[in-house]
Amino acid sequence: MIELTRRATFSASHYYWNETWTDEKNEQVFGRCARRNGHGHNYTLEVTVAGEPDPATGFVVDLKWLKDVIENEVLAAYDHRHLNLEVPEFAGTKMIPTTENIAIAVWKRLGPVVTGKGGARLSRVRIYETPEIFAEYRGEA
Amino acid sequence: MLSASHRLHSDALSDEVNRVTYGKCNNPHGHGHNYVIEVLTGGEVEQDTGMVVNMASLDQVVQKRVLERFDHANLNLDPLFVNQVPTTENLCRAVFGLLEDTLPVGNLEYVRVEETENNFFQFHGERQ
Repeated sequence: MIELTRRATFSASHYYWNETWTDEKNEQVFGRCARRNGHGHNYTLEVTVAGEPDPATGFVVDLKWLKDVIENEVLAAYDHRHLNLEVPEFAGTKMIPTTENIAIAVWKRLGPVVTGKGGARLSRVRIYETPEIFAEYRGEA
Repeated sequence: MLSASHRLHSDALSDEVNRVTYGKCNNPHGHGHNYVIEVLTGGEVEQDTGMVVNMASLDQVVQKRVLERFDHANLNLDPLFVNQVPTTENLCRAVFGLLEDTLPVGNLEYVRVEETENNFFQFHGERQ
């Protein structure tokens, strides 16, 4: 089995806020991330798929195909957007767009497409919020 | 790191299917990459040395078995790629095979090959 990883970047803004908490508690827990005007990051996304190389092509999946899938399923929705206001899975306070939750959300966006293609499975999603911080999701074991 | 050229072309496929499948990588004259190879070995820290593996010995093995073979070479002409297309998937597996039984000490956990800064491949051996 080979794992193949493709990187992509996007830039987005967000803030952290839990509507069921008081302002004081939000500020205490989330600190500067709670500022309601938001702030932004250059995110780096790493998407890993796993499978056997096809004997005819030597590919696990076509890298160009994977690039297009990441572009269509994730970047088209996230890049240069405000995650809290414009991205359905986070909008309306459904889910706080922490790096952890973005990793899970990206997994949900990509999983069915990769599985539907056949021959490979989604193995890992890693998302860097800054070069120092990343979250990783491998699905529910 | 090793710099090598390759062309993705399968004799099992027609010229047209090769062009569609591999796109720019099917260019008859080939193209090249700077491949970055990452070798992870695992094992117990040896009491006397405080090391899992002596990095100099590991470097030597990788140099001899992998870099001397592939650096500044055309991958398509290597005997390992006579019967398989030199995709980075297959290169990754080939490098693992070349190192697997030749490590001075420790187990080969994985081989990672970065083809460009935007993609890389990892092989952990035939374990599931």
